[in-house]
Amino acid sequence: MIEIVDIHKSFGKNDVLKGISAKFEAGITNLIIGGSGSGKTTLLKCMIGLHEPEKGSVSYDTREFTHLSQKNRIDIRKEIGMLFQGSALFDSMTVEENIMFPLNMFTNQSQSEKLDRVNFCLKRVNLDNKNQLFPAELSGGMKKRVGIARAIALNPRYLFCDEPNSGLDPKTSIVIDELIKEITQEYNTTTIVVTHDMNSVMGIGDYILFLHEGKKCWEGSNLEIAKTDIKELNEFVFASPFMKAIKGKF
Amino acid sequence: MIITTFGKYVLLLRDVFKRPEKMKIYSKATFEQMNFIGIGSIGLIAIISSFIGAVMTLQIAFQLISDFIPKTIIGSINRDSTILELSPTISAIVLAGKIGSAISSEIGTMRITEQIDALEIMGINAPGYLILPKIIAGITMVPLLVIISMTMSILGGYIGGSLSGVITPAEYVLGITSNFNPHTVTIALTKAFIYGFIITSIPAFEGFYVKGGALEVAKASTKAVVVCCITILICDYLVTQLLL
Repeated sequence: MIEIVDIHKSFGKNDVLKGISAKFEAGITNLIIGGSGSGKTTLLKCMIGLHEPEKGSVSYDTREFTHLSQKNRIDIRKEIGMLFQGSALFDSMTVEENIMFPLNMFTNQSQSEKLDRVNFCLKRVNLDNKNQLFPAELSGGMKKRVGIARAIALNPRYLFCDEPNSGLDPKTSIVIDELIKEITQEYNTTTIVVTHDMNSVMGIGDYILFLHEGKKCWEGSNLEIAKTDIKELNEFVFASPFMKAIKGKF
Repeated sequence: MIITTFGKYVLLLRDVFKRPEKMKIYSKATFEQMNFIGIGSIGLIAIISSFIGAVMTLQIAFQLISDFIPKTIIGSINRDSTILELSPTISAIVLAGKIGSAISSEIGTMRITEQIDALEIMGINAPGYLILPKIIAGITMVPLLVIISMTMSILGGYIGGSLSGVITPAEYVLGITSNFNPHTVTIALTKAFIYGFIITSIPAFEGFYVKGGALEVAKASTKAVVVCCITILICDYLVTQLLL
């Protein structure tokens, strides 16, 4: 479980996050949603320590993270897997080397054990036998799947995904969403997905935190999201013609 | 502004020299960088140094036409100016362009494509993992390249002088072997060691803090080369003043 309490973050005079608190449980897919500029990626970066919040705290299973030194954060960071928006695969390494990298850094496994783990992770994301390809040779969807494989290589307790569907076609997006959901349930990870994709929201949103102008505007599940009277949330949810067309069916 | 930047550079270096997570991986990365910086630059350094040596011989001969000055002095001047100044400094400036821009673009691209963020999230000391192998490779390979440069420059002078007829091979050899002061080599290698550090650490710093996109990476790369060249020239003066 990850708990955030009263997170504030600003860049210069621009207040991006204005006191956000939430609890993200393990074993379910937690979504942070909101329009562009609402502060969702900034919140994610505050949670993993890439940004330092001015106020507030982040706890990983009661372990306070925000006020730890960089050195003391390492133990928690080893338990975090992260899928970046652009996948952030290491260009100079093959798929196999990318996934093996955290294993090389933090385990004393033999080469064959590490290779077994890499092959297991690749199989888990349906990319068997792609070991020797370089990131430049992969499609967008394949890069995301390699990113997921690398993120789960060390069996993380916490999985963060920053816009996992951006730049993907709807079919591949569903594959990625389902993969994230399956991994979350299979390994009981605390998964947090930042997205503005309504298909993801409706498909895997067990817990949804809606941000608007840096504030928590609503929280609930995908079963409740279409039934609220909150104007900002309705504008977000029913922005597309398709969602407008099916509005009455919820 | 300069003080702030320098402070940021020192803080980055503090992170660079933290204890590596896994020595084996750092060693592998260091050997790869040694191959890139050292082996990959031998050809360029050899060609430039040979021609500089040949041209130096011709120019010294042109300026010292006199019956009162023995021609062996051409070899001596060529040797001392090559060892003391031309080989270390010209090599360093050439390497700043070749290696410095490559390091800055590599790390800058990693920054804008979130690869550095990925390292940090994994709990890896990104400055140490990315920069330390480059600095170690720089401070070990640049002195070796300077030794190659000295050899090729003196050899270039021999060939250039012999082919043009301004000095006989025997006179040149006598010139380069007479009154040799080994301290000049110590000064040259001290300079090379310092330049190796500058050529790798400054571009790494510029790349590490890039913000934006491809244009900013290109700007950082250019800035890295300019700052490297100026720093090399300042250090050249200071080291010469201190050691000569």
